[in-house]
Amino acid sequence: MHSLHRMPTVSEAPMIQVTKLVKRFGTKTVLNGLDLEVRKGEFVALLGPNGAGKTTFLRVLASLSHPSLGEVRVAGHPLPQQAAAVRARLGVVSHMPLLYGDLTAEENLRFYGRLYGIPRLAERIDEVLGMIGLDSRRRDLVRTFSRGMQQRLAIGRAVLHDPDVMLFDEPHTGLDQDASAMLDTVLRSVAALGRTVLMTSHDLVRAEALASRFDVLSRGVIVASATPRQLRSSNLLAFYKRSLAD
Amino acid sequence: MTARTSSPPKREPAAAGFLRAVGAVAWKDLAAEFRSRELFTAMLVFSLLVILIFNFALELDIKTRESVTAGVLWVTFAFAGTLGLNRSMSIEKDQGSMDGLLLAPVDRSAIYFGKVISNLTFMLIVEAIVLPVYSFLYNVNLLRPGLLLILLLGSIGYIVVGTLLAAMAVQSRTRDVMLPILLFPVVIPVLIAAVKASSGFLTGDDPASILPWLNLLVVYDVIFTSIAFMVFDYVVEE
Repeated sequence: MHSLHRMPTVSEAPMIQVTKLVKRFGTKTVLNGLDLEVRKGEFVALLGPNGAGKTTFLRVLASLSHPSLGEVRVAGHPLPQQAAAVRARLGVVSHMPLLYGDLTAEENLRFYGRLYGIPRLAERIDEVLGMIGLDSRRRDLVRTFSRGMQQRLAIGRAVLHDPDVMLFDEPHTGLDQDASAMLDTVLRSVAALGRTVLMTSHDLVRAEALASRFDVLSRGVIVASATPRQLRSSNLLAFYKRSLAD
Repeated sequence: MTARTSSPPKREPAAAGFLRAVGAVAWKDLAAEFRSRELFTAMLVFSLLVILIFNFALELDIKTRESVTAGVLWVTFAFAGTLGLNRSMSIEKDQGSMDGLLLAPVDRSAIYFGKVISNLTFMLIVEAIVLPVYSFLYNVNLLRPGLLLILLLGSIGYIVVGTLLAAMAVQSRTRDVMLPILLFPVVIPVLIAAVKASSGFLTGDDPASILPWLNLLVVYDVIFTSIAFMVFDYVVEE
């Protein structure tokens, strides 16, 4: 079993490989020749202003939207050709929790577990509810949960099938400071297991605390990329502003 | 937190995975609905109100009652069914959980068939409650095996098409009005066949004259189930 304290290791194998990705909606081009590579074990924060194409990009990676042009591979599988294989290795958390308010926390996880065909599901649900700190609320209806608790359960849903790649679309949206801090703890534990994580965020402070690389997306292309080591004297805010100004 | 380190599970046959996903979606809808009763209550109350209004609006003699019963019943079920279909898909859209379903590594038609099973269950439960009430109000015996068979076949045809079109309509901003506009022209054959066959059973027509309508219902159900199976993936694709 992996330990909680195990440090993530970054391997050379790319888990997300995107080459010249174009996504158009009618005449509007949202992604305009985007290139990105995320290696196994990396935690990449994708930053960018509203309308930069962050959510659209994540939807393409999640196989919820087809690329107009370009090549996309997730966990070695090309999209959209092997979408089901990609979905089996992918966990997605968006700003919507993707949960059912009229089901309990446990029932929500059981439903998704059945959908994914997870073996020894009851045992896995116990494990995940413990991880996200909702074991004592397992029989409560999700509609009675706070936004922070729903978001933690959404993460539990996304890791239930033990995916290799996790996509987070602005997971801190609508959370207060305490809930955000608790979510950060869960995000760190998710990443600590060597999963590849791509997270979009507007919150530079949280992104800086969590990610091992920062990419800036603007007008449908990655305009800058840096690791915490490369930032050194500069802080993330200065790097972000400089990237958008260039 | 721990990751699962056990050996990978044996790959289950595709058909078993498909049926498991169908069952999961149907179970989820039924469990959520039996707890909230939002959709079911709306369909049932609407149906009961419609037959009550018809009862007062049409002051009929016994002979005429039997001839209009089929029409009144199918109009009631068609409109009540639209309420249920709209609600069934809008729940997924409003909570964003449609994405959660589409992210599962299963054939997307499994989601469709799961929804069909739950929608059909709600419709049949409403029909099971409305029929005795109608029998009491109109003094017409509706508990006849032939009529029940027509109700089942007609409901299947209606729900099979309705679930597909509800998935399409829910993506539009005017989804509440869009579904009936899309649905009713397509289900005209099933409604005509169901009304004719039901009427035939109620008025004691020769079975040979009912059989073509029955055949039409069966053919419609088979054709539209096949079409929905083939196109649902495209309907939910962005």
